[in-house]
Amino acid sequence: MTITEKILAAHSGRDHVVPGELVTARLDGVLANDVTTHIAVKEFRAMGFDKVFDKERVYLVNDHFAPNANINAATASKVARDFACECSVRHFYDVGRMGIEHALLPEQGLVLPGEAVVGGDSHTCTYGALGAFSTGMGSTDIAVAMGTGELWFKVPKTRKFIFNGSCPRYVTGKDLMLYTLGKISVSGALYMSMEFAGQAISEMDMDGRFTMCNMAIEAGAKNGIIEPDEMTLAYVREHNRLNRPFTLYRSDPDAVYERVDEWDVSSLEPVVACPHLPDNTRFVSEVGDVPVHQVVIGSCTNGRISDLRAAAEILKGQQVDRNVRCIIIPATGEIYRQAMHEGLMDIFLDAGAAISTPTCGPCFGGHMGILANGETAVSTTNRNFVGRMGHPGSSVYLASPYVAAAAAVAGRIIHPGEVK
Amino acid sequence: MGIVHKYGDNVDTDVIVPGKYLSLNDPKALANICMEGIDPEFPRRVKEGDVMVGGANFGCGSSREHAPIGIKAAGISCIIAESFARIFYRNSINLGLPVLEAPEAAREISAGDEVTVDMAAGIIRNRTTGREYAFVPFPPSIMQIILAGGIKAKLLSDAKK
Repeated sequence: MTITEKILAAHSGRDHVVPGELVTARLDGVLANDVTTHIAVKEFRAMGFDKVFDKERVYLVNDHFAPNANINAATASKVARDFACECSVRHFYDVGRMGIEHALLPEQGLVLPGEAVVGGDSHTCTYGALGAFSTGMGSTDIAVAMGTGELWFKVPKTRKFIFNGSCPRYVTGKDLMLYTLGKISVSGALYMSMEFAGQAISEMDMDGRFTMCNMAIEAGAKNGIIEPDEMTLAYVREHNRLNRPFTLYRSDPDAVYERVDEWDVSSLEPVVACPHLPDNTRFVSEVGDVPVHQVVIGSCTNGRISDLRAAAEILKGQQVDRNVRCIIIPATGEIYRQAMHEGLMDIFLDAGAAISTPTCGPCFGGHMGILANGETAVSTTNRNFVGRMGHPGSSVYLASPYVAAAAAVAGRIIHPGEVK
Repeated sequence: MGIVHKYGDNVDTDVIVPGKYLSLNDPKALANICMEGIDPEFPRRVKEGDVMVGGANFGCGSSREHAPIGIKAAGISCIIAESFARIFYRNSINLGLPVLEAPEAAREISAGDEVTVDMAAGIIRNRTTGREYAFVPFPPSIMQIILAGGIKAKLLSDAKK
C-alpha cells in the first residue's frame, strides 16, 4: 500500500484498502476558518448537533478576513467565536494569537505524522508534508465531521513524483510545484493523491515541503504527501508541544501507483505561473517584460520563516520600486517574532515594504491589498484565477519569495540573480 | 426542461463566488452574485430549472460551498460537465444539486439549447438538436441524497422515520 492508503486503512479499522474503495475514517482533527465556519455552524445546528465530537480536536482559526475587513466579515467571524465559546473548542485562534491556519496548526503541534485531518479549506492538503493524510472539504462535510468525528472517503489512486538531483540556487519547493503543475495541468491529479519523493525532496526543509503539499489541490488532487524522514522528526520534536502520540507510515516497495514521473531538477530555473491558471507556467527568463504594481509575500503557501528569509536575502540593501506596493505577511505570530529577532523586519522596512499582521487577506481578494482593473501582482500565493486578488481585469503571477522580492525591486519580473 | 448556460474548462469557484463575498451565507444573496467573475449577467438571465454546462475540471480551486449554494439558489437544476473538481463535486451532492459527468454532452451542447435530464435512466436529451447522451446514473445512496434535496434534508427525514 501507499502511505495514503495505509493511513486511510488504519483510520477505518482495516488491514488493507485499494483505490476506489469507500471507507468511513475516524478523524484526528477537523479544521474550519472564518469564511467556512459560519456556514458549517448553520448546517451543524440544522442537523441537530449540539456538541462537537472532541473539544480538543476541532480547530477554528479566524484568518481570512481577520482583522475584520468589514461588517459582513465581522458578523461571520463572530459566529466562529460564539460557537467556539459555546462548544468549549479549546483550539480557537483569533486576532493576536491567530496565524494562517495551515502554517499555524503544524507549528502548534496540532497535526502530526500519520493523522487523518479534514479542513473547511482546500489547502488543508498542506499537512501531507508531515506524513499525514489531510484534505479540504466543504462546510456541510465539516459540520458532519465536527459532530461525529468521522467521514466517508473514496480511497484515491496515487501519482508519484520523483525529483532527482539538487535544487539549484533560487529554486525552491514553490518552483518544483509550479513546474509540476506546468507538466501535468490543473486537473493532472484530479481525485488522486500526489506523493513527492527523490533527492530534492530529501534535501528540502519542512517549509518547502509544506509549500509543495499545499499546492497539490492546484492539480486537482485530494492530498499531497511526503514520507516522514529525519527532517520531519526534527520538526515534530520541536513542535509537538501537546506531546500527542503519532505514527510514521511509509509506502511499501510494492505499492501500486497510477503513474510515476521522474524529473531531474538540477538545471531548473525559477518558475512563474502566468495569468490565469497555476499551470500556465514559464521559466522566469521566458516571462518577458511584465510591469508589476504589487508584490505579496506571504500566505499558507509561502508565509513561513524560510520564505521571509529568502525575501530578505533579495531585499537587503535594496529599495522597492516606486511603482510597487510590496506587502509582506508573516503567516503566524511566532514567525513574525522570529523574523523580528533575525532583523528581517528592518530589512523589509528599510526597503520600503509594508509588513502586515497574519491574514489570508490579499491571496483570495478579501482585503489588505486588492488590485484595480489593469493592475498586475507578483504573489507567492497559490492561485491566479481571474479576479482572484481583486478586479476581474487584474492579473496575478505566482512565484517563489525570491522571484517576488526581485520583482518588488525591479518593478518587473526578473531572475532573482539579476538583483545587484 | 431547462435552458443551457455554457462555460469552458476549469471554471473555478473564485469566478463563481469571488472571495469578497465569502462572509455571506444567505443562498439568495449568493445567487445574486453567482458567476460574477466570468458572467455578471447570469443572475438576471437564469430561470428556475435551467441547466449549467461546463468543460473539464468544473468547480476547481477553493472548497467554498458558497459556489454550489449560489448556483442552486439561482435556479440551476443540474450541472453537466466533462469532469468536476472533487471538493465541488462532493459539496454539490451534499446540497442536492445533481452534477453529471457526461463528456460528449458537455462538449456538444450549446448555450441556449433546451435540455431535459432523466436522472433515473441516465439520459440527457437536447431538445434543440434532438441528440441524446447517456450518463452513469447515481447509485441509490447518492440518489436518495439528491431526491431529499441534500444530505441535511436526508438526515432529518431519516431521523423522523
